[in-house]
Amino acid sequence: MKALKRIFGGDTRQFGMIIALVALVLFFQLFTGGKVLTPTNMINLFNGNSYILVLAIGMVLVIIAGHIDLSVGSVAAAVGIVVAIAMRDWGIPWYLGILLGLVLGAVIGAWQGFWVAYVGIPAFIVTLAGMLLFRGANQFVGKSLTVPVPEEFRVMGAGFLPEIGDFARYNAPTVILGFLLIAAVVFLEFRNRRIEARTGATVDPLWVPVTRLVLLAGAVLYVTWLFSTGRYGTSFPVSGLILVGLVAVYVFITSKTILGRHVYAVGGNRHAAELSGVQSKKVNFLVMMNMSILAALAGMMFVARSTSSGPADGVGWELDAIAAVFIGGAAVSGGVGTVIGSIVGGLVMAVLNNGLQLLSVGADMQSIIKGLVLLIAVAIDVYNKSQGRRSIIGMLMNGLRSNQPPTPEKEIAKTSEVITPAEPAGTSK
Amino acid sequence: MTSQNTQSDPVILEMRSITKEFPGVKALSEVSLRVKAGEIHAICGENGAGKSTLMKVLSGVYPFGSYDGDIVYQNEVQQFKDIRASEAAGIVIIHQELALIPELSIMENIFLGNEPARRGVINWGEARKRSIELLARVGLREDPDTPVKEIGVGKQQLVEIAKALNKSVKLLILDEPTAALNESDSQHLLDLMLGLKAKGITSIIISHKLNEIEQIADEITIIRDGKSVETLNIVADGVDEDRIIKGMVGRSLESRFPEHTPEIGEVLFEVRNWTVGHPQVADRLVCKNSSFTVRRGEIVGFAGLMGAGRTELARSLFGRSYGNFISGQVFKNGQEIHIRNVPQAIKAGLAYVTEDRKSLGLNLLDDIKTTTVSANLKAITKGLVVDKRKEFTVAEGYRKSLRTKAPTVNEGVSKLSGGNQQKVVLAKWMFTGPDLLILDEPTRGIDVGAKYEIYGIIQQLAQQGKGVIVISSELPELLGLSDRIYTIFEGAITGVLDKDQATQESLMRLMTSATRAGNNAAPTAQPA
Repeated sequence: MKALKRIFGGDTRQFGMIIALVALVLFFQLFTGGKVLTPTNMINLFNGNSYILVLAIGMVLVIIAGHIDLSVGSVAAAVGIVVAIAMRDWGIPWYLGILLGLVLGAVIGAWQGFWVAYVGIPAFIVTLAGMLLFRGANQFVGKSLTVPVPEEFRVMGAGFLPEIGDFARYNAPTVILGFLLIAAVVFLEFRNRRIEARTGATVDPLWVPVTRLVLLAGAVLYVTWLFSTGRYGTSFPVSGLILVGLVAVYVFITSKTILGRHVYAVGGNRHAAELSGVQSKKVNFLVMMNMSILAALAGMMFVARSTSSGPADGVGWELDAIAAVFIGGAAVSGGVGTVIGSIVGGLVMAVLNNGLQLLSVGADMQSIIKGLVLLIAVAIDVYNKSQGRRSIIGMLMNGLRSNQPPTPEKEIAKTSEVITPAEPAGTSK
Repeated sequence: MTSQNTQSDPVILEMRSITKEFPGVKALSEVSLRVKAGEIHAICGENGAGKSTLMKVLSGVYPFGSYDGDIVYQNEVQQFKDIRASEAAGIVIIHQELALIPELSIMENIFLGNEPARRGVINWGEARKRSIELLARVGLREDPDTPVKEIGVGKQQLVEIAKALNKSVKLLILDEPTAALNESDSQHLLDLMLGLKAKGITSIIISHKLNEIEQIADEITIIRDGKSVETLNIVADGVDEDRIIKGMVGRSLESRFPEHTPEIGEVLFEVRNWTVGHPQVADRLVCKNSSFTVRRGEIVGFAGLMGAGRTELARSLFGRSYGNFISGQVFKNGQEIHIRNVPQAIKAGLAYVTEDRKSLGLNLLDDIKTTTVSANLKAITKGLVVDKRKEFTVAEGYRKSLRTKAPTVNEGVSKLSGGNQQKVVLAKWMFTGPDLLILDEPTRGIDVGAKYEIYGIIQQLAQQGKGVIVISSELPELLGLSDRIYTIFEGAITGVLDKDQATQESLMRLMTSATRAGNNAAPTAQPA
């Protein structure tokens, strides 16, 4: 058990959630008689959820910064209809359509960011208004009709990588991508290890990363095999590729750049951040704007997949995205959360959806089960917070037992400072 | 020294040998307090002496069992388990931060938690009738339906008292009631207290304003370092302000400071006529025409009681991060500089270490290394990427040189003791390469050993030719550390004393009285 914890624990706490995900997949695989892990089902799962996961990436940043965005579904729908109409009626090519959508997302995001960051209206209100506003805009622009999109545009939502040659029955680009991913993971693992060694972190013995990498590489190989052996003409879906690209970019931003640091700082303690020279207004503005750009992208991906833009696109997406982020270990109060965690959280929801459907569970029960999963995940998060731990991920790692060291005496003394801030418990001269 | 209880006044409250310990700190040690029925009893002491802790013990905030000693109230030993229990017995405490709900009306506030109701339905007619009576008793001429947020602090204070009277208070405790009030509101409040006394209500008042105490109190108990020093009768013992000050500070100054020979250079930083308005209250000034200088290598102390405007001055200078800037100039090396926000302040070489580490100084979710570099991320960023190796090297360097006690710089700051947290905050600001550091209560909540180390760091910073401003409520600390000390009272600088002129008594005098302001503002110590 301890060995397992070492492999999956440590810095990469997301692995805890991944265990839950794997357990869920295996559970459904078993009870559906093997219907989950088939190429067709996996492609469906990715195509049908990638836009929610794109939203989750933006949403985790919003939530880390201490806000929320309820408007993403409506923004996605509004952008979707404008892009669809622009391509149909004005005849602009698909790539300009995408560009137009992203620019429109940025403009909408700037609008919302302005109210949140510079006027100081809570994001909940601004985006609740946005939810109504942009839903109305969608129906106004589209006259509540469905507008089809051209074939080329559909690639981003339902397309596949090309078949190159005929390597037995494998899709070559998928295989290449799979191996590239493994190479990247191995490289990053050992690079991190080197940095950790130099920066005084406790470095695991070599067998730990090796086991971890073997497991991870195994998983990637398996998924590669799944996707590359589907029906001829299918492969790892383009929407999945977009998602992987975004994950890489946003993991980089959140963990390696000043902007990423500032998002966490503003969410963790806005006043302390401001007194350290962080321009929190700018950070809040960018985070809200970024969310709307990703919502625009998600909207276009959805339209591409469903071949047309309609008046009911994106209804309820905000809730799916928010659920993914919180299941992924973000804290309601801000300052905590990871992109990877949110993706895994979103995948947990997606697998749950998919598995329950395959088991022919009715929509009523699906909704009940998903509701309970969200509630329990956040309950564990809140409980952990009250215990001074961080998130559901840590919880899953530690099991239900409390292995925290007893609170040191000094910590207790500090509580008294908090109680009597005016006269810190006899600051003792 | 204790005055003899010659009259046969019944004692309403006696606190016997109250000892209250927090882990590692003895906040109160054998404190005794005797309050006679129908008198106004003042409690005096420096910040942190234990006055508020004592009142929290009395009112049940610290419940029975969490302290040692007895509370005898109306001839019975009491075991208050919470505030409700003490209120039921007629003890009402009015805190410095008022506990009113701004959006509710005066009437609703008065009856909050104590509504005249039958089966859960409030009888507003009855409430109105009683609130009009109560408002008349406290001399507040306002419509009971006025929202509390629309009346001034002085009137809000009266609403609090009306609320207390409604609970048929027998012993009223006021913690710094006039701290936020202006002259005439204060006077009204003091008159009201005398009026209540005439009606037989006993009051305990905690106040830093010694002239007010002299004016209304019958007896004074002085608390120092968590011990009750003496109880004086104003009339019988012929007490005046000087006598109270002597009681409050009367202790020897131990050698708790590292050896340090200041090397003071030319004027580094000068502030002229700095005037700042309160962020919410339109016509209230938190800094009034303040001017001061800091020279290279100099440690300048700022003395003032809680609420005098020290922090407000510091934060308004630090990129206008507090209050509404009205007027004033800042010069660095003789050149006027304009600082409008915090990034500009940091760029101009200012650093500000806040008095409130937990809510303003630290992101408690962070670890040591991220905190250390958080005010100067650019210095460790190549292109877009924050260089984590550099981050580690920098943080590790400060951890070693400041001797921060933590296993590694990967440790979360929430796990550190107060002293080590403060070292991390100091490291964060040292890494921004400041010329002037403003340290607001740098040793608050820090144990004695760590204080010594922090003093050492401060002196080193001065030795490097930086200017250092130390704001502190602890006079011995200022006297031990500073080369020059400014005093602040009610937002105005009331004087400046050289290290060798300053004594606790002289400082306390300048810190507690506005009447002496102005004349002392052109002191001999002013650098040329």
